[in-house]
Amino acid sequence: MAEFEPKLIAFCCINCPSSSVTVCESMGMSIPTNVEVVRVPCTGRVDILHLLKAIESGADGVYVAGCSDGNCQFTDGNVKANRRIERVKKLLDEIGVGGQRVEMYRMSAAMGPRFAEVAREMTERVRGLGPSPLRR
Amino acid sequence: MIIAEQKPIQEIKAMIASYQKILVVGCGTCVTVCMAGGEKEVGIIATSLRMALRLDGKKPEITEDCIQRQCEWEFVDALKDRISKVDAILSSACGVGVQALAERFPDKPVYPALNTTFMGMPEKHGLWIETCRGCGSCELGRFGGICPIARCSKGLLNGPCGGSQDGKCEVSKEMDCGWQLIYGRLKTLNQLDQVEEILPPKDWSTDRDKGQRRILREDVYYEQTV
Ligand code: SF4
Ligand code: SF4
Repeated sequence: MAEFEPKLIAFCCINCPSSSVTVCESMGMSIPTNVEVVRVPCTGRVDILHLLKAIESGADGVYVAGCSDGNCQFTDGNVKANRRIERVKKLLDEIGVGGQRVEMYRMSAAMGPRFAEVAREMTERVRGLGPSPLRR
Repeated sequence: MIIAEQKPIQEIKAMIASYQKILVVGCGTCVTVCMAGGEKEVGIIATSLRMALRLDGKKPEITEDCIQRQCEWEFVDALKDRISKVDAILSSACGVGVQALAERFPDKPVYPALNTTFMGMPEKHGLWIETCRGCGSCELGRFGGICPIARCSKGLLNGPCGGSQDGKCEVSKEMDCGWQLIYGRLKTLNQLDQVEEILPPKDWSTDRDKGQRRILREDVYYEQTV
């Protein structure tokens, strides 16, 4: 049987993480094709409902890539996103889908390879969890 | 305003699991401001329920709406068409809103998505505190504008219990001692002499003791003929 390839959605801030995507690409490193990147002006814009809808629509996992600590251009959008992620984890546990399918990552613009690494890390985690129970 | 919080999804699911078409109705007033049952929370509740029920092999049709106020007939009446098309209603208003829907739509089962908790206000963003118990005979004038019924854990009217430490209530370190607040405020106002007056037992007849309370104002009252 072919290995399960998780479908992931990454909400990605247009500042640090998006620059790290560019750095990644210029270094010839590929972003796994199973990750759909949605660019947002700041991770503070990512709402609980965006994350839930992504899971409801069939994503096996969702993550938010925000700027590193203290580097949010809007002061604390990344901190707010982190808190929402925690709420969504609890909600997904309650629902029965499993909170491990969502995560928050922080990275600076200089951490080019980190973006690709995170994408692979999350892919492996979700591969371990198997397809979303909503798709089974 | 009225402060409420969302019930656990599994509790809500158990109430509505047997229905196929469900309308989730939010309220745009108190519960929107306390982020428990407004338009956005209706979306979160409906999405969560769709997923939870799908995991049970069910595919209900869960639709969403939010009206300005669920405790006034003119707003509630606007839901008539939408409600005629569903099997059950899930209300994310306070208990008043839930009951308004139940009264207006007697043939539809109505379920609460929230636990209505208290009358109060946000102390900080994301932290709400109870500040009034609706005792029906307000004594705030004697206490510097701070209610000892709602904000002293023991509801003491003649001074603190003696257990307060560093301004916190002995019942929980998370709560300010209501009497410490009253004392501080009266001191600022130069009205400390007010606490020296011993109050007789409060007349609680205006509270819940006589059953459901009502206020009838002849000057504004008229029989609706709609
Ligand atoms: S005295 Fe009664 S009406 Fe006044 S704030 Fe306290 S509980 Fe509310
Ligand atoms: S510590 Fe203060 S608030 Fe708590 S019960 Fe005593 S007087 Fe009331």
